[in-house]
Amino acid sequence: MRTWLTQHARTLAGTVARLAHAPVASLLNIGVIGIALALPVGFYVGLVNLQALARDLAADPQLSLFLTLDATSADVARTEERLRRHPGVRKFRHVPRDQALADLKASTGLGDIVGSLGRNPLPDAFVVDARDSSPQALGRLRDELGAWPKIAHVQLDSAWANRLAAALRLGRIAVLLLATLLAFALIAITFNTIRLQILTQRQEIEVSKLIGATDPFIRRPFLYYGAMLGLAGGLAAWAIVWVVALLLNHGLADLSQLYGARLELRHLAATDSASLLGFAAWLGWFGAWLSVGRHLAEIDPR
Amino acid sequence: MISFSKVYKRYPGGYEALRNVSFTIPDAQMTFVTGHSGAGKSTLLKLMTAIERPTSGTVVVNGQNVGALRPRAIPFLRRNFGLIFQDQKLLFDRNVFENVMLPLNINGYERREAARRVRAALDKVGLLGREKANPITLSGGEQQRLAIARAIVHRPSILLADEPTANLDADHANELGELFQSFNQVGVTVVIATHDEHLAARLEPRLIALRNGELVAAVPGDGP
Repeated sequence: MRTWLTQHARTLAGTVARLAHAPVASLLNIGVIGIALALPVGFYVGLVNLQALARDLAADPQLSLFLTLDATSADVARTEERLRRHPGVRKFRHVPRDQALADLKASTGLGDIVGSLGRNPLPDAFVVDARDSSPQALGRLRDELGAWPKIAHVQLDSAWANRLAAALRLGRIAVLLLATLLAFALIAITFNTIRLQILTQRQEIEVSKLIGATDPFIRRPFLYYGAMLGLAGGLAAWAIVWVVALLLNHGLADLSQLYGARLELRHLAATDSASLLGFAAWLGWFGAWLSVGRHLAEIDPR
Repeated sequence: MISFSKVYKRYPGGYEALRNVSFTIPDAQMTFVTGHSGAGKSTLLKLMTAIERPTSGTVVVNGQNVGALRPRAIPFLRRNFGLIFQDQKLLFDRNVFENVMLPLNINGYERREAARRVRAALDKVGLLGREKANPITLSGGEQQRLAIARAIVHRPSILLADEPTANLDADHANELGELFQSFNQVGVTVVIATHDEHLAARLEPRLIALRNGELVAAVPGDGP
């Protein structure tokens, strides 16, 4: 058991030494793997952020009910009364057209333009919370309310959120496909790297076999090397995504000031980071394992 | 103990390297395998170390039937041997010390003990001062002695040498003969394949003579 541990520790030290021995080649390899992994990981981070945003927005689906511009206060009162009695409406809020105009003036800095308008272009509106927030029920309610007199338009606020959610599902599939393709690339990179190493160390492997080295002993340094390469590539990918998120957050800070909303990209969660590193190391190991299995058999001492 | 009984070895293509070879080499004996090149000497050594398997017949080393060993058991059989190859197979990407270290790494020795053994082996062959040198800078005789140091460093019970004096002049060959004799005196079984008759005459070992793959003589020497 102790010799086994010593051998593993020694292999690990030897692998680090070998990576450090050819720093440029190692860095290039790690860089390629890092960039290949950073693509799907970056998309994934973007998706996770958009998803969080969509969840916040879509949580409370509301209907906006816009009356026609020629609706009188009596029409408004009648609509209010009907809404109050409607079983599908949980609660509602009246937004008078004058107040809507005042809000518009105050919030967007368009005061001058609004002031220059001869009359109020905004209609009376009701914001309605439905009792049943399933998409079908909301759709039915929208159609029903739209058929009432003096109603110009009914806007389902959650519709775009639903569309976004569907687009995000599509995005997830795209990320998965991209990750699969680039995982293959990573395996190919380690496979080839290990193949070259085996070729350059052919003599050592041959002699080792002749003087009693077991196959696991010969395989071990290559597997370690592959796993280390994958792990380092994973770290590089993590760092690339981190730097990109940092740079984008600078830009987003300006943007969110303009819009008066808080927008911020969150980086990978700890568990996601851990699985990224673990998966990258596993891919490297797997590429090395394939390569070693394929090429060691060819070296048969004579 | 190494024993061959009715061993045939036919290579793919039909070439018959050994025909009906039987002999026994007792422990702690010095034995020479002689014969012209192509007589089957190298094949004999390869059968002992499971580099090749016999076409028929049995090869037994230290009680193990070599021809029937599972592939996973072969490395452990090979650890009984110290091998000196005709082409030496030194590794030129590392220094003398690390070349000799290789078998100890494979056997999983603890580092300090391994370093001690490497120095002892280098001292035995007279290369102690050259441990940092690259093998490429050594002379032919020194390279051969380095190969011997690597073969004996893990204290094998059997030393196999294939044409160890092939590229050496008479003086160096004699030196080498004495070295082999000294290993034999401490109880190591030494098997040397050679066509060097001077060496054979000087050391008076037990002889196994081959001609065209057949055993023509097994002369028991009066070795120790």
